[in-house]
Amino acid sequence: MRDGFSKYARRLAPGVLILLAGCAGDYPQIMTQPVSEWGQIQIDIWALVTWWTVPILVIVIGVLAFILVRFRERPGGPEPKHVYGSTKIEVIWTVIPAIIVLIIAIPTIQAIFALQEEVPEDALVVEAIGHQWWWEFRYPEEGIITANQFYVPVGRPVALMLRSNDVIHSFWIPRLGGKRDVNPVVRTPEGVEPMHLNHIVLTVDSAGEYLGQCAEFCGTSHAIMRMMAVAVEPEEYDAWVEAMTVPEEPEADLAQVGHDIFMRSTCIACHAIEGTRAQGRLGPDLTMMGDRFSIGAGLMANTEENMTEWLLHAPELKKGILMPGARVEAGGMPPTALSREDARAVAAYLASLRLPDPLVPAPTAPAADPPAGAEREPAAGEREPLPMGPEPESD
Amino acid sequence: MPTTETTRSTSRSVGAVLWDWLTTVDHKKIGILYGATALVFFVLGGVEAMLIRWQLSRPEAAFIDPDLYNQLFTMHGVTMVFLVGMPIAVAFFNYLIPLQIGARDVAFPRLNAFSYWVFLFGGIFMYTSVFAGIAPDGGWFGYANLSLREYSPGPNMDFYALGLQILGIGSIAGGVNFITTIINLRAPGMKFMRMPLFTWMAFVTSFIIITALPVLAVALFMLTFDRFWDTHFFNVMAGGDPVLWQHLFWLFGHPEVYILILPAFGIASEVIPTFSRKPLFGYAIMVFSGVLIGFISWGVWGHHMFTTGMGPIADAFFTISTMIIAIPTGVKVFNWLATMWGGAIRFTTAMLFAVAMVALFTIGGISGMMHAASPADLQQHDTYFVVAHFHYVLIGGLLMGVFAGFYYWYPKVSGRFMSEKLGKWHFWTFFIGFNAVFFPMHWVGLFGMPRRIYTYAEELNLGALNLFMSAMSLFMVVGTMFFIWNLVRSWRKGEPAVANPWGGSTLEWSTTSPPPDFNFAELPVVRSRNPLWDNPEDYDERVHTEPAGGVHMPNPSFWPLITAFGSAITLILFMTHIWWMPLVGLAITAVATINWAFEPAG
Repeated sequence: MRDGFSKYARRLAPGVLILLAGCAGDYPQIMTQPVSEWGQIQIDIWALVTWWTVPILVIVIGVLAFILVRFRERPGGPEPKHVYGSTKIEVIWTVIPAIIVLIIAIPTIQAIFALQEEVPEDALVVEAIGHQWWWEFRYPEEGIITANQFYVPVGRPVALMLRSNDVIHSFWIPRLGGKRDVNPVVRTPEGVEPMHLNHIVLTVDSAGEYLGQCAEFCGTSHAIMRMMAVAVEPEEYDAWVEAMTVPEEPEADLAQVGHDIFMRSTCIACHAIEGTRAQGRLGPDLTMMGDRFSIGAGLMANTEENMTEWLLHAPELKKGILMPGARVEAGGMPPTALSREDARAVAAYLASLRLPDPLVPAPTAPAADPPAGAEREPAAGEREPLPMGPEPESD
Repeated sequence: MPTTETTRSTSRSVGAVLWDWLTTVDHKKIGILYGATALVFFVLGGVEAMLIRWQLSRPEAAFIDPDLYNQLFTMHGVTMVFLVGMPIAVAFFNYLIPLQIGARDVAFPRLNAFSYWVFLFGGIFMYTSVFAGIAPDGGWFGYANLSLREYSPGPNMDFYALGLQILGIGSIAGGVNFITTIINLRAPGMKFMRMPLFTWMAFVTSFIIITALPVLAVALFMLTFDRFWDTHFFNVMAGGDPVLWQHLFWLFGHPEVYILILPAFGIASEVIPTFSRKPLFGYAIMVFSGVLIGFISWGVWGHHMFTTGMGPIADAFFTISTMIIAIPTGVKVFNWLATMWGGAIRFTTAMLFAVAMVALFTIGGISGMMHAASPADLQQHDTYFVVAHFHYVLIGGLLMGVFAGFYYWYPKVSGRFMSEKLGKWHFWTFFIGFNAVFFPMHWVGLFGMPRRIYTYAEELNLGALNLFMSAMSLFMVVGTMFFIWNLVRSWRKGEPAVANPWGGSTLEWSTTSPPPDFNFAELPVVRSRNPLWDNPEDYDERVHTEPAGGVHMPNPSFWPLITAFGSAITLILFMTHIWWMPLVGLAITAVATINWAFEPAG
């Protein structure tokens, strides 16, 4: 019964939803259009509850409206009969809701167990690590570390192993499915306790870029702890893995200058770029930074101008972070003393760290060289850039 | 204050009036103090809400700094739950329980005063932090380990841990007082199953208060110890467990929801029969469903933690228990409808609010069923869908009920009616504003907006809806202004009211409006559930005519005030980080308690 019902509900629920909202727009974090079975089960349960309970609401409101019209006081009307109750009626309206609860509860409990699968053998393991306020992604088997944006292949189970480096966060990419808390690792004298460490096992059905963000309040900049899952075809995923492990060298002159500044300044104390001497792990990994959807875990669009401002003014643009600015220290870190020219060069360098485009070369044509960051035109189908953050003060 | 007091006060000095209110042990005056104080905090909490709406009216807005925003939503929650919702219910309990059961005061009048003063000092302490710009900023739920010193180094969360501790003292003392009063001071013939439903719900609520608040107290002590003396209850680096805080907080937190809503259920169960001119349908079922809700409220806390990772067995248990609690709640709604069915409904402002409460609470209940199902909650948890849900429960349920209660009992308290004209303006502006703000919020949640974020990305496409909600929230401000103006204006200028202006059936309507100090000259004898309808001949002017020898009432005392001050300051002095400072507060408390104990009670 459940399957037939939910198929019906599955088609209708989002439609009804949009209709009632009165505005069909593009909602990148809409929760009713999941692209995984894991997420679909959750929405099916929501639809099931909705179809069984909203009619009760409609009946209650309808009866109430009827009563208010029909039984309003009328001049000269008779004194209402004093009715004290009726056991029969009480039993009826206790038993019917109880039956409805039962009807909802059985598939719900089946779903609860279905959603908490063990990690399958063939799953791609991705460790998602919460930090105040950015996401780190580690692929232990592939030897890849990245931040705020991660790639997964479609059609293969992905096991997201969640843990936090500091406070409790919550991993939520609505199009992939519901959220799970990202709990900190408990340390005892005997070692690390694996308690409360959650995982999500899901298979993404269709390629696309899926936005998400931290859903558990985690301090000052909780609102700016966004991330993106990029689901790609398996061969593109393989190409991504390869590109991430063998990064490009900077080509443009300015990028080369930026590379040198980056490598000799305090940047490398906290940031890592694969294949270089930058191996800091306190801040987000910057390998292929030029391809990220944003700067500062969703703070601003990833443009060179924004990056320059970010390098100069990070602690003013995103409050509470550890990254220092050129003038302002943050989290006990001394200012970087980067000049605006230096920052431009570093921004050019970071923008030049790009994946090959397309990831998998078309079969007839040879792989196109990735264009240098500064001259790059946005590729077709790329998402709209995020708006600029607050206007930074000029130097 | 009752009008008789007002006229008397003109002939007394300001100091004498002040002394009278500072030392009062009269449950009616204490009830008024609770109500007035809670309304002040209601305005403050409302200002916080409006600042939140201002910041959220546009995506990527920078009107309010993120740290301030975090303080605002934290204090909005803390204020509305601890400084408005609970005390306003207690205001009604205080004023009405003795009158409804035919008693002259509560069982422990001085303890009652103590409860109020502790609440006041706790509230002032918490708001000191707001005006100093160092208010709690870790959410009203104060999740560890974010709330520990390591991640919240400032004094902000100290105000949270100590302030809520202070408020809890007053609540627990109040709960004990009401339970004792209801058990021991009922008038002759006022059997339990003849008590008005409001008093019944107060009775259940008081039991939840004295059992749930200590759980919060324990959790807060653990947090305080972690913050002040480096214990490791929640510190993961030393083997502590932050999830323990979640269990303790919600083990308190969910019963707390029923502490907030049951009094409103009680109010609706008084207002609806009166204005339908019909007795409550299914009285016994209404009582038992309230008691049942009280019990089950202890077994549903895990539904706040479906995303925490409790495992499928616990998730299934809390899903089922949460769905089960909907059954007695639904039964209450059906019984209200049945009470109105066949009645002669008068659309007074009080009745409008009570009817709105039935409808709006049902909406909140239905969305509650949706995230009771833990698979669905994995998406909805910590989004605006949940924010919409609990505002339907707390504004649609609690606040609408409280407004109904204000319009219904105001003539009893002041001897004058609130203006029905202003009341209808209040109702419609607030009702429209509320629904326009919170109904779209369901979609804002479903479209992926999480809670507790000071800004949201423009590309989420939620700017228009948020702007609409922010604009419509002004209607709620206007409605509240009508309410407060009505409340103030009617105190002197309202139409005079007789003892039983609405034709109510319960005992409070048998005595004068406002009631004399002693409530009842001779204790009324009760022969049915609706005494004023069934045996009106029993209740003539003898009920409230002061006998020649006067009525012996408890003496005023200022020791409750001093004891409350001592208790509050003991906890506040922890903020100094000097180990012996709290002892100063303890000494004040000890001196005051001893004087209280040896003072003749009356």
